[in-house]
Amino acid sequence: MTGSAVKRALSTLGFAAVAVYCLAPFYWMAISAFRRPQDQFDNTLVPSRWSWENFSAVFSGDNGFGRALLNSVIVAGATTVLTLLIGTFTAYALARLDFRFKNAVLGLIVATTMFPGISQLVPLLKLFTDIKWINTYQAMVLPSLGFALPLSVWLLTAFFRQLPFELEQAAMVDGCTRGQAFRKIIIPLAAPGVFTTAILTFIAAWNEFLIALSMVNKKEMQTATVAISKFTGVSGFDQPFGTQMAAGVVVTVPLIAVVLVFQRRIVAGLTAGGVK
Amino acid sequence: MTTTESAPAAGTAAAGAPRGRGKGDVQGTRRLAALLLSPTLLVLALVIGYPVLAGFRESLYARGEGLDADGFVVEGDRFVGLDNYTAIFQGDRADAFWNAFSNTTFFTLTTVVLETVIGVAMALIMQQAFRGRALVRASILVPWAIPTAISGLLWRWIFQADGAANAVLRQEILWTADGFPAKAAVVIAEVWKTSPFIGLLVLAGLQMIPRDVYEAARVDGAGPVQQFFRITLPLVKPALLVAVLFRMLDVLRMFDLPAVLIGVNQRSVETLTMIAWFEASNLRYGSAAAYATVLFLYVALIAYLFVKLLGADIIGEARGRTRRARPVRTARGRRRAAA
Repeated sequence: MTGSAVKRALSTLGFAAVAVYCLAPFYWMAISAFRRPQDQFDNTLVPSRWSWENFSAVFSGDNGFGRALLNSVIVAGATTVLTLLIGTFTAYALARLDFRFKNAVLGLIVATTMFPGISQLVPLLKLFTDIKWINTYQAMVLPSLGFALPLSVWLLTAFFRQLPFELEQAAMVDGCTRGQAFRKIIIPLAAPGVFTTAILTFIAAWNEFLIALSMVNKKEMQTATVAISKFTGVSGFDQPFGTQMAAGVVVTVPLIAVVLVFQRRIVAGLTAGGVK
Repeated sequence: MTTTESAPAAGTAAAGAPRGRGKGDVQGTRRLAALLLSPTLLVLALVIGYPVLAGFRESLYARGEGLDADGFVVEGDRFVGLDNYTAIFQGDRADAFWNAFSNTTFFTLTTVVLETVIGVAMALIMQQAFRGRALVRASILVPWAIPTAISGLLWRWIFQADGAANAVLRQEILWTADGFPAKAAVVIAEVWKTSPFIGLLVLAGLQMIPRDVYEAARVDGAGPVQQFFRITLPLVKPALLVAVLFRMLDVLRMFDLPAVLIGVNQRSVETLTMIAWFEASNLRYGSAAAYATVLFLYVALIAYLFVKLLGADIIGEARGRTRRARPVRTARGRRRAAA
């Protein structure tokens, strides 16, 4: 009786420790965002006076943060759509068709996820400078595809494999072509997997920093992550932490909401892929 | 290869008749596979394959700033052979390289070890069936969902001279200045972000272990510690190895976190990616490409050693499943596995 009570208390304690470890820094960011700028360096756990001043500073004219958010949506969205469009076909082939070198192709695609981004960046930076692509969306989307695509092909392959082969074969016996069987049977069945892959790809593309930092030098084309890191304070030499924390909250809260809503799907995707 | 002969066969297959498993079907499948694979392979060739080759070529050139034999200023790129590489390892730049190299290695070793230990501990805690489980599982995804650049800022805020870290520790450490505290700050921030993720993967591995294995061990008189080292660890090893491999490769190319948390071109935290980026942003493409190539080789070497020595099998699961689904093909699968 007492033994189980102790065990229960210990596991509660463990749970609390894990939750605090994961949430405390995020809590600090959120709470700092709600402080008044003059209270910024208070170390109280709750702001003495709550204020939206930092948030209005984020969206004030000279930061161009609204535009940066829009850029992030465009870049991450385009990367996700293109990745799914291309990746689904490849994953279908790898999961459902029999052909030589199948494992070699899958291995090659997986191997590209290990590729250090900087090796890709230097030549592409030079190429994009030559063809005047610097400060364009495609200059950010295209390199991102190089990382998003292998990951999603791998995930989708894992999802497609889990579907029963018989359904597709039955459809083909009933007169469907492979294409029809794919469109009418596989895609609807795989929809949850495709959706999971879409979320993971979008998050990864949204979090991208190195490519966006290098391919763009115009303020209007910056993505949100880059824009926040370049916020300048009112006083010039000081880091405007209040504004940055507020911007951080604006960027992360939607992500965290999505993550919480689709928690199960995301965990399934992460454990299927085992990456990032 | 066989496209010309298979064209008519594929034509009939595409016509859509539910044909038997004739030769035409096999060739049609092959054609379809090639068709479906080509967009991905094309994109990867363009944004990964081309840069590998172009980067290597680039690393053999330098921006023309010198004079030629007749005393004219040479414009454009100039072939310099391996000069960019020797410059990395020799002279005044060698110091910067070895510093970046040892920083990269230091970050990789410390963060991967720490996050593995913390992650496994988290997984063991979360495995206890309890009501708060869903909440903890949700909170574990929060550090993962925060963009690395933002978490760099977040930790920069925490590590301010009069920030939260010093207030909690009652110390006056200048974390984001130079030296060892800066390294420690990067390690702490990185471990915070990634160890929950390892925990999640290990938890998934733990849940695959059947309960009766533990019951049998308990009957045989094994204590919790023995159970952990003799059962849990060996059984989650495959999942853990893949997670650790990917984490290692990720830290080896680290850029966002130290760049935002401490800053670029800071000795104490400069990684190989950062030094290459700095060169590229100063338009020294040849030298940047040389650094990138060295990093590429380092990453490849680590991945190779890891897979060889510890036997991390990245597509193994996939291969196993294919074999089970297609028992007819076992002979070929076995041959490939042996090779």
